[in-house]
Amino acid sequence: MTTLSRAAGPTQAPTFSLTRKRIRPGEIIFVWALRACLLIAFLFLVWLISYALYKGWDRLDSRLWRFMPTGRISRIETAGVQSAITGTLWVILLTAAICMPTGILSAIYLEEYADNNRWYNRFLELNIQNLAGVPSIIFGILGLGFVARRFGLGFSVITAAIVLALLVLPVVIIATREAIRAVPQSIRQASYALGATKWQTVSRQVLPAAVPGIATGSILAISRAIGEAAPLIVLGAVTYVTTNPNGLLSTYTTLPIQIFSLLSEAQAGLQKLGAAAIVLLLGIVLLLNSVAIFVRNKFQKRW
Amino acid sequence: MALGTVDPAAGSTPSLRRGRRHPGERIVEVLLVVAAIVSVATTAGIIFSLAEPAFEFFREVSIVEFLTGNRWTPTFSDKHYGVLPLVTATVLSTLIAIGVAIPLGLGSAIYLAEYATERTRRLVKPVIEVLAGVPTVVYGFFALFGLNPILQKYWPGGDAPAFQNLLVAGVVMGFMIVPTVASLSEDAMSAVPRSLREGAYALASSRMQVAVRVVVPAAVSGIVASFVLAISRALGETMIVTMAGGLSSDSVIFNPIKAAATMTAYIANVSQGDIPVGTTDYNTVFAVGSLLFIFTFALNVLSIRLVRRFREVYE
Repeated sequence: MTTLSRAAGPTQAPTFSLTRKRIRPGEIIFVWALRACLLIAFLFLVWLISYALYKGWDRLDSRLWRFMPTGRISRIETAGVQSAITGTLWVILLTAAICMPTGILSAIYLEEYADNNRWYNRFLELNIQNLAGVPSIIFGILGLGFVARRFGLGFSVITAAIVLALLVLPVVIIATREAIRAVPQSIRQASYALGATKWQTVSRQVLPAAVPGIATGSILAISRAIGEAAPLIVLGAVTYVTTNPNGLLSTYTTLPIQIFSLLSEAQAGLQKLGAAAIVLLLGIVLLLNSVAIFVRNKFQKRW
Repeated sequence: MALGTVDPAAGSTPSLRRGRRHPGERIVEVLLVVAAIVSVATTAGIIFSLAEPAFEFFREVSIVEFLTGNRWTPTFSDKHYGVLPLVTATVLSTLIAIGVAIPLGLGSAIYLAEYATERTRRLVKPVIEVLAGVPTVVYGFFALFGLNPILQKYWPGGDAPAFQNLLVAGVVMGFMIVPTVASLSEDAMSAVPRSLREGAYALASSRMQVAVRVVVPAAVSGIVASFVLAISRALGETMIVTMAGGLSSDSVIFNPIKAAATMTAYIANVSQGDIPVGTTDYNTVFAVGSLLFIFTFALNVLSIRLVRRFREVYE
């Protein structure tokens, strides 16, 4: 045996051997083609990020924290996007405050309380899956018709937050459901055996065990809401706002919206400012994504 | 005796049959149901806010003219309300996008599911998924200022692509939906039982043969579901096509290197304008929005069905 394999070694002698696999050139090409797919996608991402950095680098400094001057064209060099940064903070904190409790409670209902044999629970589930695929711009139309007009909240911070919260609600629900489902049944049974009620079991055993999964899903949902522009455009957010929001009903602008309108300007200086704002936005979103992955890898228990 | 001292509040007649009443439990249940109803109310709200102005629109414009007309000029003085220019632009940019996303996404998924080690998978998957997390304004910016000048410079044919065009918007959109294809396809392939692979290896199949002739066919409903979901994403994407795809919609254009407005780009564009609320021109937004909602709804239902099928078979 040893002599045989040595003979069939690097010289590639045409000896037939059971210890040596036939090398098919097609196999190797196939694997490299698959690797190329991943590589192309990865290189595109690198290119995108470095292009944004390259374009926005000159303006990526403390000037970003200045206000947009009222005479846009006059002082481009000192213009900033402060109102967009504070606007994003206001809108996103409110979005999180609305979508997290609603999403987590819905998921608890579907996983722990709902009887899956009932048609209305199956309908609820189908409805959430479908909502996850509705284009974001359609949520803008919902906001226009209901939140802004019918509820009379106008084109305000709270309208934007409600619309974004409804948009990312399915993400929170689906992630929370998966996290709850991963908690083993034995933990629930042990809790019941000690005389706990259903809600005591859910709130003191199931939810704490599911926190990493819920946190990961919620962070990803928030990250998506931060970058969203389309529904806010339908809600008339592309107006010229130079002040920070000062209440739920105040006017606002957010980073993606500000970026969109800056890039539509003809002046190179304003486009540069837009690119710098893009770097800021990308930085926030990538940071949140990394935190979500870190939480998932570090804290998620596997039973 | 000892038991009685543990819980004196339990009352004088302890019973195994009946627990203590917890009024809080009922309140919690009601709260949970209310939270769950929010998502149903959202769907109802969407349908209602689309349908009401859309009906108003169809009182002025016949549905047949809307669906079959090939000129869309609501903002011109010579008004035509045929939605076909918007639909063709949408279909064209979507086809380009899935032309990019399907090979890249499926290739990545096969590699991750069949070739990569557990460590590589854990490292590579989140990085690729970042592509789905990048804000769409950033993609629009990159398509318009980063990619399109290069495309114009090195264009082999005679006519260079326009400043805004569907090709560049579609390609960039394709990269955005790579993770949609890759994640769901990989899930479907990972759900294929080991025994099928082992059976094929026992018959002297190579790794490629196992991947292409066993795993992919076994996971086909999940893979097709990922394609359908990707198409739905591309149809509904707004910012990339608004920024890089163009806004002209007066006639049907089949040339992808020309600028043309998709359905979403039209909605975004008109919402920024100053068309008076309640007019027929303004209501075009809702008519186009309804059509978009119907398209994506049909695709979503299809993909949900397909996913359910692969779950039923192997899980």
